[in-house]
Amino acid sequence: MCGIAGLIHRGKSSDVGSELQSMLQALKHRGPDSTGYALYAENDGQNFIMRFKVGENVGEGSTSVNEDESVYDERKKLVDKKLSVLGATVVKEDKLTPYSFRYEIKIDIDLMEFSKAIESINNVEILSIGKSLELVKDLGDATVVSERYGLHKIKGTHGIGHARMATESGVDIKSAHPFWGYPFSDVSVVHNGQLTNYWNNRRALENKGMRFMSECDSELIAVFLAEKMRNGATLEQGMKESLTGLDGVFTYFVATKDSLGMAKDTMAAKPLVLYESDELVAMGSEEIAIRSILPQEIDTYDPFDGEVKVWQI
Amino acid sequence: MANLKTSDKKTKAQSMGMHTEVLTGRTQQKFFNPDEGENFFYFGAHDVDFNKRTELDVKDLDCKQANKKIDELMSKGYGTIVIKNPQGKHSLGVGILNKLNLIFEGSLGYFGVGSIDGPIVRVNGRVGWSCAENMMAGKVVIEKNAGSCFGAAIRGGDLICKGSVGARTGIDQKGGSIIVGGDAGAFTGFMMQRGRIVILGDVGINLGDSMYDGTIYVGGKIGSFGSDAVESPMTKNDIDWLTRKLKVAEIGNNFDVSKMTKIVSGKKLWNYDALEPTEKKGAI
Repeated sequence: MCGIAGLIHRGKSSDVGSELQSMLQALKHRGPDSTGYALYAENDGQNFIMRFKVGENVGEGSTSVNEDESVYDERKKLVDKKLSVLGATVVKEDKLTPYSFRYEIKIDIDLMEFSKAIESINNVEILSIGKSLELVKDLGDATVVSERYGLHKIKGTHGIGHARMATESGVDIKSAHPFWGYPFSDVSVVHNGQLTNYWNNRRALENKGMRFMSECDSELIAVFLAEKMRNGATLEQGMKESLTGLDGVFTYFVATKDSLGMAKDTMAAKPLVLYESDELVAMGSEEIAIRSILPQEIDTYDPFDGEVKVWQI
Repeated sequence: MANLKTSDKKTKAQSMGMHTEVLTGRTQQKFFNPDEGENFFYFGAHDVDFNKRTELDVKDLDCKQANKKIDELMSKGYGTIVIKNPQGKHSLGVGILNKLNLIFEGSLGYFGVGSIDGPIVRVNGRVGWSCAENMMAGKVVIEKNAGSCFGAAIRGGDLICKGSVGARTGIDQKGGSIIVGGDAGAFTGFMMQRGRIVILGDVGINLGDSMYDGTIYVGGKIGSFGSDAVESPMTKNDIDWLTRKLKVAEIGNNFDVSKMTKIVSGKKLWNYDALEPTEKKGAI
């Protein structure tokens, strides 16, 4: 089933971390396996923020192999070494869990080349790179994940999130949403639905040099959009092409540094409720997600089949 | 075969009056007679007084608690109940099987007022997916918009949305009327079997796809017709019915119903021929 939520404050910053936490917690019944956040935070924009993992959370129902924590430290050292080789300067580093890290780095090379080099280390996955994107995903509900990573303290303009009920792939971090729009900085995607032409699209995109880190069908959306944008399409153009390029049922959100978008498949098989005002756009799989931050009576609506919308901050 | 005559225990169907004689060694059943519908009374239904009014704030209640509270109020004879702060909660007001004036001061989530038989409901807000699913009788008025599967499988009554509705409105509809003041999404009237759908605005693609029977009226543009959905000429009866129904629904003032498009089943799909599957193969 899965639940997705997103919001964008237009022209101002807000407590986007705690707001998205409330929205996702209200959707917990749609997906208790894992929760993910893509928050666009008030950062100075000087450095890239790289969030990466060197292992899996195996303590809460994960299907991944249980590893000794010492291998995480070894992999982290390999990452540090690779960064040095790539000429990257680590300005700040935070160890958030034994397997998850946040680095602020200065780099001056192509992000795809950079990412390929870092991910050439076994079991290392970059969750996101961006100047404002803070992408966090882990097993547990919205509150558990938010408290584990201190997300409720993050202020910013917009964000998207996902409460996952695993159906097509394992209960692990690599299959959790959001997905980073590799190799673009600050692009993230969450999805509710199932894609039925995943392998056809995946093979075609891999032949074009795009990378997949999981076997989760939803990752295809992020890679599909990234490939369109790499070839010069705008975000909205890429999203409109996805309505015919992706087969199956879906409602998905995509966020960039300064925008938030939604797309709904041509059969409108997956739910979405939307609230829109001059100051705020909030949307979710169910109205209760919106009500968790806007308890007063408001006007909401369901976008129609095949609808694509993009909002700027 | 069980001989229920020797047992004092009644089946649930018997308790509800579905048949009045207990089974003996040989099956002898007297089923519910539609002609005696006025005497029919559901198990668990209540006799209420419309003039007895109360309010219920469900802000801090979950849906089970709220529905139980509504049932308690009806059992005390309250015939007009105003629900405050529904705040998009799911499954509120479901399974009400008696006359009642039920007013929601706010929006409902999914499956609101499903499986009802008789109440008059007004929602001063929006409703989520599958509002009034399986409704059998009564009247439901939504003042704002509605989500997908609006009126799925309703069998009777009037279901009215003054705003726009999502996809698959009236899917599997088996009776009653669905009236929408705004637009409707894709697959409106999908596999409908009876009843009428009225959309004053535009509708999306695949209108009336695989409909068995029933009638759809559209005032605006049609995205596309679904399989076996065909246009049919408007008659005086259609115009009279629409005029009367829109008045009851409190929408479409001065709307020229004679210009609406009427859609019915072409009755050409596989289920309308008399061929067995093996014969069909031969015919092909």
